[in-house]
Amino acid sequence: MPVLVRIPTPLRSITKGQSEVQATGDTVAGLVDDLDRQFPGLRERLVDESGELRRFINIYVNEEDIRFLQSKKTALKDGDQVSIVPAIAGGR
Amino acid sequence: MEKLNGLRCRECGRRYPGAPVHVCEFCFGPLEVDYRYDALKGVVTRESIAAGPPSMWRYKDLLPVDGDVAVGHHVGFTPLIRAQNLADELGCREVWIKNDSVCHPSWSFKDRVVAVAVTKAREFGFDTVACASTGNLANSVAAHAAEGRLKSFIFIPADLEQGKILATLVYNPTLVAVHGTYDEVNRLCSEIADKYRWAFVNVNLRPYYSEGSKTYGFEIVEQLGWRTPAHIIVPCAGGSLITKIWKAIKELKALGLIDGPTATKMYAAQAQGCGPIVTMIKNDTDVLVPVRPSTIAKSLAIGNPADGYYAYKTTKETGGYGEHATDEEIIDGMLLLARTEGIFTETAGGVTVAATRKLIETGVIPRHESIVICITGNGLKTPDALYGRLDAHVKIKPSLSAFDQALADLKSQTA
Repeated sequence: MPVLVRIPTPLRSITKGQSEVQATGDTVAGLVDDLDRQFPGLRERLVDESGELRRFINIYVNEEDIRFLQSKKTALKDGDQVSIVPAIAGGR
Repeated sequence: MEKLNGLRCRECGRRYPGAPVHVCEFCFGPLEVDYRYDALKGVVTRESIAAGPPSMWRYKDLLPVDGDVAVGHHVGFTPLIRAQNLADELGCREVWIKNDSVCHPSWSFKDRVVAVAVTKAREFGFDTVACASTGNLANSVAAHAAEGRLKSFIFIPADLEQGKILATLVYNPTLVAVHGTYDEVNRLCSEIADKYRWAFVNVNLRPYYSEGSKTYGFEIVEQLGWRTPAHIIVPCAGGSLITKIWKAIKELKALGLIDGPTATKMYAAQAQGCGPIVTMIKNDTDVLVPVRPSTIAKSLAIGNPADGYYAYKTTKETGGYGEHATDEEIIDGMLLLARTEGIFTETAGGVTVAATRKLIETGVIPRHESIVICITGNGLKTPDALYGRLDAHVKIKPSLSAFDQALADLKSQTA
């Protein structure tokens, strides 16, 4: 199930400069596993030692923050779009 | 005087040269401007500050600006008002209003951050500035971009108050109304900022931009005669202002400019319908749970605040707390401030006044200690919130007898 993943600038050194990559996974957690297979080292940048998403990373599935869905267990389907976005931005 | 060391990650400490970047490449933590305080000590004095202009730029040595100020020369140095009528109403001894509802030029504290950000945008050679905004920032970026002869792209939630939309459009920016919440606009802007080489004041220029908020704190201390109040109540949206006011106090203390101990407690004020930071404080957890905003305080309607974690830590570190305000309480807060002090603030100010009242009534803030309430925006921008809430005025024919009758009616109503 290929899913389009948007990669933010700080992670592009790992994705060989690519800003968008294809990956697969039934859930967000599975997607992170596949990303790490393709681009070793990516996982530890996204999740901490206990497997939780890092504080300063937000992940969106089709523009929806996964914390409003099922977080890491959020299901993915063919054609979904996933964005990885640094949490630090904004003001008002 | 070489005062800047570039940027430094607030989390892991990794260093970066001064550049329009905002996130640590390694841990995604926020980058902060790193000052050489040793070089500033003894150079920045009460006298050197007093000799500066009557604007936020009197603190220029403590701001991340290398060269000349490009825009916003008259921003800041707003009144700090002893609010005795409000204090009497609240049953308190000493209440002050730091009134940025009259900040030049766009009537909110956002002029402080934008003046720094647009000056930096010029230093970095950008020709376009941009922002995601709930309104006040939109007004300010558009205004300062006009002054700086820069192009601007302003992204807002499409359902913003008309006043704030007009007060942006008048400066002729490209206004992009996005069908979504502020948090969705903000996420979109993070992705746009990654793709287009623009100066997003609250994305890639955020380390510089946010430093402008310190001047609000510097002014409170200077205007109190170089002392610190016991309590400061701050409206929280993204959560940056409260952390920067506290940083300002710590900087002045470190530079030896404050007499005596600094035991200021910092309090976060948020709307009940969008209060994820105050919820963290009340639950005493450093994990932020984002919310979908539902409040009349649209300028505070950020459900996923970037600095929520640090705002929580600031209240915790200082021994402060936080309080929510319902929509009714927000209106009451706006009306209370207007009725007692003659200051018309926007809904965010209503939140802050209402939260202050609750913190006093619940005994969290002692009535005999000094209190500063942060009023950061102007009520004329959001009259929508009050439509239908205020009594109709007296309507009469142009005759003395009609007035006599109306006055008699009024007296009988209030009798």
